[in-house]
Amino acid sequence: MKETDIAIIGGGPAGLSAAIYAASLGAKVTLIDDGLELGGQLIKQTHKFFGSEKQFAGIRGIEIAKKMIQDIKRYDNVNVIANATVTGYYEDDVITIVQGVNGDILKKLKANRIILATGASENMLPFVNNDLPGVYGAGAVQTLMNLYGVVPGNNILMVGAGNIGLIVSYQLLQAGIKVEAIVEALPRIGGYLVHAAKIRRLGVPIYTSHTLKEVHGKDCVEKVVISEINKNFEFIPGTEKEFKVDTVCLAVGLSPLSDLLWQAGCQMKYIPELCGYVALRDDNMKTTKGQIYIAGDVAGIEEASSAILEGQIAGLNAAVSLGYKQDNYQEQDEELKEELKELRDNPLSEKIKIGIEKALIKEGRD
Amino acid sequence: MLERTGIPTDDDLEKVIPDKKRLAKGPVVIIECFQKIPCDPCAASCKFGAIKPFKDINDLPQVDFDKCTGCGICISSCPGLAIFVIDMNYSDSKSLIKLPYEMLPLPEKGKDVYALDRAGRVLGKVKVIKVLKIKNKTNIISLEVPKGMAMKVRSIKVEGKNNER
Repeated sequence: MKETDIAIIGGGPAGLSAAIYAASLGAKVTLIDDGLELGGQLIKQTHKFFGSEKQFAGIRGIEIAKKMIQDIKRYDNVNVIANATVTGYYEDDVITIVQGVNGDILKKLKANRIILATGASENMLPFVNNDLPGVYGAGAVQTLMNLYGVVPGNNILMVGAGNIGLIVSYQLLQAGIKVEAIVEALPRIGGYLVHAAKIRRLGVPIYTSHTLKEVHGKDCVEKVVISEINKNFEFIPGTEKEFKVDTVCLAVGLSPLSDLLWQAGCQMKYIPELCGYVALRDDNMKTTKGQIYIAGDVAGIEEASSAILEGQIAGLNAAVSLGYKQDNYQEQDEELKEELKELRDNPLSEKIKIGIEKALIKEGRD
Repeated sequence: MLERTGIPTDDDLEKVIPDKKRLAKGPVVIIECFQKIPCDPCAASCKFGAIKPFKDINDLPQVDFDKCTGCGICISSCPGLAIFVIDMNYSDSKSLIKLPYEMLPLPEKGKDVYALDRAGRVLGKVKVIKVLKIKNKTNIISLEVPKGMAMKVRSIKVEGKNNER
């Protein structure tokens, strides 16, 4: 059976940065990703990123992915297994990998450390007709449009004014699609207000305290009705508005993709501020299963810039725990953690900070 | 209210628009950034030190309007597309606005386009003075607008289909 120092599951921003960091210390890394190409959600992001220069501020997501993938290729000690899904974790530190379009290749890999950077899955919204063709998740819209150059429809209603809803609306406008409106159940826009303002001035109304009430159509979406809602999220009669659209795009949040952590027996906790069940971890991103680390959205839903930093912290500490040397380890480690702290030092990150406090193991670190 | 609609209010804008005296002197930057988020490329982009270095990456940008030359290099650096340059002195009756634009087709120099306000309402037709293509694809469009429109126009609509590849 093949062996590796560190198996990294997921090749998005967290997994890529973990792989680069661990490889730079000399660790033998195996990076496993289910996509046809590496990069995770980054390769669909055409907007410029926020953050500081170190975290690629001002660079478009797709360019960040290109740069990180180039960096990975520089290391002979990184083996990439693409188009593959990790299906199980076994007590003797063996993971099983199903590879290929038909899933007909089964590989086993013994890994001394595992960094789980599996990201998140999209939330669905229950409503009548949510199975009609024309109802999409925002991730699917981005994949179709930004990877394959196919627009999902001609007239769209966006549900959700978090960063994903706002960014995907902007990308739809860039593709020449009419975004009829954005509805948001909460009383405030959840995403960055600069994103909201740039969509607003292109003429797209944003209805806060509104939600989707009805979706109509015979063979596909033909019409939607939205309604204002009160503080208890109940429809306010008489506030309905109707839009003729062929597409409804749902951007109603993400949940950490933590199945492997459950299976491995990591101690899990439901933390609403992190958007679901996450593994308890120390500040090195190590879970209660000492050989398993986490990074990125699987550790709590946040931004790509923080996922990159978490990946670096996990990559560094996993490699060091195997005896690989980093000359100024202490300094590097503290610097990364300080950078992550600064990134979260704003009112929008309050929730994240509360969530992480609940998930953090402070005692018994070795 | 900005957080409910995506449209900054007059109170919001008052905090970021330079005083009349400075506006009368010529081109100057207006940064419509009202929310603390971790982001600082604008300060790094300014060669004149007019956008002050950030103490904390989450700070709002602080501008020294006397140092600002209105060069507009910061416009394309902003990930939020929130930076504009206004020249109230462009001519007797017209102002010049430089704004970021990431849509296709690009407008053509010398042609008219629809001017849009912060809510996307059409304010009228205005003339495109310059189209500056930027490597990072946040292009900068210069528009000649009636003086009264300078604080209102924040986007444009170009007629024609997005056929460029």
